[in-house]
Amino acid sequence: MSVIQFRFPWVRDRADAARDEIRLLERLRSGDEEAFVTLVGRHHDSMLRLAKTFVHSHAVAEEVVQETWLGVLRGIDRFEGRSSLRTWLLAILVNRARSTGAREARTIPASGPEGFVPAVDSSRFDASGAWSSPPEAWEEAVEDRIGATALRAEILSALAKMPARQRAVVMLRDVDGLRGDEVCQVLDLTPVNERVLLHRGRSRLRQALEDTMQGATA
Amino acid sequence: MSLLGPAEIPCQEVVELVTDYLEGTLSRGDRRRFEHHLAGCPHCTAYLAQMRETLRLTGRLIPEDLSPEMQREFAAIYERWQAGG
Repeated sequence: MSVIQFRFPWVRDRADAARDEIRLLERLRSGDEEAFVTLVGRHHDSMLRLAKTFVHSHAVAEEVVQETWLGVLRGIDRFEGRSSLRTWLLAILVNRARSTGAREARTIPASGPEGFVPAVDSSRFDASGAWSSPPEAWEEAVEDRIGATALRAEILSALAKMPARQRAVVMLRDVDGLRGDEVCQVLDLTPVNERVLLHRGRSRLRQALEDTMQGATA
Repeated sequence: MSLLGPAEIPCQEVVELVTDYLEGTLSRGDRRRFEHHLAGCPHCTAYLAQMRETLRLTGRLIPEDLSPEMQREFAAIYERWQAGG
């Protein structure tokens, strides 16, 4: 069971969301400009964030998103509804971003052999592997302690420090709410790879919040 | 990672299993050992709670709305496309 709550009011459940998207697609196919702008608005932020994990410049990332939408307009009849619209869009985006990144010749290294990075620094365990510096229970809500604005900045900063593929996986899963199999499809990853990247990314996020909570206490 | 050895898992290994646990991809035996450890370890219980809280907060990042300027830009893209551009 997912612990993530969708924060999109229109994604109360997946079936609802899918029906809604199908209606928008039908309007788009019949030439409704407003449906297009609505669809773009829903997906633009996710698409731009994902594009930025493939190319360096913000301007190039925006171009990739625009090209993706043009491709969608030209190929809208090819969408068969076998995957969710979002997964389909993001997969097209990744293809474009990869080829643009290659043309730019500044592609962010695909995986970067990061090696094993522990979820928690080994200095916090004793020789037997038991906690010597254990995490404290967060009794107070994190938002109350550090404030919503600072919290947002912390999370974004921790995401920005991650290697590109780790960041892509964590954002797709935990910010955009895609399922693991959808992320594998979008990023062309094996389930095991996806979980490893997710694990490292989530562990970093937790550590960043723990550091912030401790800083706020001191 | 295999946990077929000793029944007790040290905390340092438990934290590496948290994602597989939340994803539901631990084997039944590993899941039992994981939960058995949690039942007796308040620190790892706190760790798991922190992880769940981290996911909840990350899931609440609000996407940026399309600015009016971008809306106009995409409307223009659409019109060019419809005009056969």
